[in-house]
Amino acid sequence: MHIPDGYLSPATCAALYGGAAPFWYLALRKTRKLLLTRLVPLISVFAAFSFVIMMFNIPIPGGTTVHPLGVGIASVVLGPWASILTLSTALFIQAFFFGDGGVTALGANCFNMAIVGSLVAWLVYRAVAGRSPITSSRRVVAAALGGYLAINGAALCAAIELGLQPHYFRSATGAPLYAPYPLSIAIPAIMIGHLTFAGLAELVVTGGIVAYLQRVNPALLRFTAPGVPLPRGEAQQKEAMNGWRAARPLWTAVGLLMVLAPLGLLAAGKAWGEWSVGDFSNPAARQQMAAASGNVAPPAVPPSGLERLGNLWTAPFPDYSPSFVHSAAFGYILSAVFGIGTIILLAILAGWIARKVRPGPSHATARTEES
Amino acid sequence: MAAKHSINRAFLERTTAGFVDAMEHAFYAEQTARADGLLQRLDPRVKLLGILALVVPAAASRSFGVIAGLFAIALALAALSRVSFGVLLKRVWIAVLLFTGVIALPAPFVTPGRVVYHLPVLGWSVTAQGLASAGYLVLRVETAATLCVLLVLTTPWNHVLKTLRVFRVPAVLVTILGMTYRYLFLVLQTAHDMFESRRSRMIGELTGRERRRVAVSSAGVLMSKTFDLSNEVYLAMQSRGYRGEVAVLDEFQIGNFDWAMLAAFALVSIAAFWLGR
Repeated sequence: MHIPDGYLSPATCAALYGGAAPFWYLALRKTRKLLLTRLVPLISVFAAFSFVIMMFNIPIPGGTTVHPLGVGIASVVLGPWASILTLSTALFIQAFFFGDGGVTALGANCFNMAIVGSLVAWLVYRAVAGRSPITSSRRVVAAALGGYLAINGAALCAAIELGLQPHYFRSATGAPLYAPYPLSIAIPAIMIGHLTFAGLAELVVTGGIVAYLQRVNPALLRFTAPGVPLPRGEAQQKEAMNGWRAARPLWTAVGLLMVLAPLGLLAAGKAWGEWSVGDFSNPAARQQMAAASGNVAPPAVPPSGLERLGNLWTAPFPDYSPSFVHSAAFGYILSAVFGIGTIILLAILAGWIARKVRPGPSHATARTEES
Repeated sequence: MAAKHSINRAFLERTTAGFVDAMEHAFYAEQTARADGLLQRLDPRVKLLGILALVVPAAASRSFGVIAGLFAIALALAALSRVSFGVLLKRVWIAVLLFTGVIALPAPFVTPGRVVYHLPVLGWSVTAQGLASAGYLVLRVETAATLCVLLVLTTPWNHVLKTLRVFRVPAVLVTILGMTYRYLFLVLQTAHDMFESRRSRMIGELTGRERRRVAVSSAGVLMSKTFDLSNEVYLAMQSRGYRGEVAVLDEFQIGNFDWAMLAAFALVSIAAFWLGR
C-alpha cells in the first residue's frame, strides 16, 4: 500500500500533501498539549516500534504470512493524534531512508495510512468498546475490528487516488501518464487483497496485542479509555498507591526529620560550606572552617561572589531561628516546622494550579504514573 | 511434515532476515555517505533541493525522452559519487521492476486504444496506449527511486533531517525524526534478539495458531519494552536539562561549488519541465 513515486501525478501529490497538512498541524498541537515534554521521546521511540512492527511476518490462517501496518494498535494505545504523528514519522523514514513509498507520494501515503487509518481505527475502537472494562473481551473485538477497518479504509483511499489518475491524466494519444487502471479496476484489485490477507493480518495483530496487554500490561490500554476502571487487582493496587497509604513512608520521614531537627545543634560548628559572609572575619569561625577543611586556612576576605550573593538574598529566617525566639533549640524546631509547612503548602498550591490549568484527570499525568 | 517445518522456519527466519536486511542497508548507506564523491561533497541543503528538482519533473513529464534523460543524469551522478551500479541494480532497479513491472503488466491489455498486436494463443489485444502507459509507469518509478536512493546513500541521515529546516519543518518534528532513526536500530536489535532467542529454544513445530500467538505476543512484549524505553529516554533527557524546547544546529556553509551545482540542478529541472510539457 506504500505508493511509490510515479504512480500519482504531481497535482494529486500536492493536493494530498495539502490534505495531510492540517491534520499534522492539529496532531502536533494536540499531542504537545497533552504530552508536554514527553512528546519527543514517546513519539520517537514509538515510531521506531511502528517501523519494526511493519517488518513482522504475521502468519494468517491459510499458511501465508503478511506484514501488518500497525496503525490499529498505535491508535488504540496512543489515541488518534499521537498515532498520526507516530505513523507519519515511520512512513517518512521508510520513504527517505529505505525507499519504501515515494518522496513525492509521501503526503498521499501519510494521508491514507497515518491519518485515515488512525482516525478510522480510533472511531471504531471507541464506538465498539464503549465503556467496557479494560480487560473485557469486547475491547479485543473492538480493536481487531478497528485495525481491520483502518487498513481497509486506508486501502480504499489509495485505490481511489490511483484509480482517478487515468481519468484525469493522459498523454496526447490518450495513454494514461500515471497509474494506468481506472477506478473500476483499481478498487477491486486493491480491495480484494486488503479485505482478505492484509486486513486479516491487521486484525490478528491489533486484537492479539490488545488481548496480550490485557493480561500483561493493562495500564497501557488506559490512555484511550479514560474513566474506565482498571481490572480489580490492579485497581486496588493503584488506589492504594495513590491514596494516603502510598504517602505514608514520606510522612513518616517528614515527622522523623521534624523531631530530629534539633539534633542539628548537637553537631559541632557549622556544616561544611554553609559559612556566611561574616564568618570569614570572625577568628573563632575561621578556626572552625580551617579544622573542617583539613587545616587549610580559609581566605582572609570572603569570596566576592559569596559576598554579592549574600547581600542579594536575605532569608526570612536568617540562620533558621527568628530573632524573637531566644532559645536556639526551640527556634530550630520552629524553623523546621515552618519550612516543612511551607513546602507542603507550596506542593498543594502547585497541584491546585495544575488542576486549574488542565481540568479533569490529565492524561499526561495519568500516563506518568502508570508507565 | 517437511513443508510444515519450512513454513515454521520461514515465519521466524523471514522476520529476522528482514531486520538484518534493514540494518545492513543502514550500514551500507553510512559507508557510501563517507566516500569521496560528487554528491557527498555538496552541501546537504543544495543536494536535497537539487534531487527534488529532478524528481518532480521526472514525475510530471509527458515525454519518454525527458524521463530517460533524467535517468541518465541519475546514472552519471551515481558514477561520480562512487555508488556502485551493482547495488543500485539489486536494491532499486530489480526491486522496482519486480513490483511495478508486475503491476504494469496487465496495462497493455486492458487500456483501450489503438491495437498494435494480438497475442497468438489467447487472442488478447495489445494497445499502443497501454504499452505507453506501462512504459511511463516503470520508467518514472525507476528514475524517481534511483534519485531518492542516491540522496540517501550520499548523505548522512542527520544531515538529511537538518536540511528539512530549509522547508520550515518544525524543529520538534526534526528532532523526533532524528531520535526515531536512532532508536530504530535499538528496537530492531531488540526484536531481532527476541526472535533469535525464541528460535533457539524451539525444538518442535508450531501450529498456525501457535505461530500467530508467538508473533503477536512478541509484538506485545516489544511494545511494553518500547514504553519503558521511552520513559528512560525521557528521564535521561530531563536529567540533561530538557524542558521541551528543541534547538537544531545549522552548521552548513554553502560555497561556490554548491552554488554552481544548485544552478545546474535548477537549469536541468527547468529544461526538463519545458521539454516534457
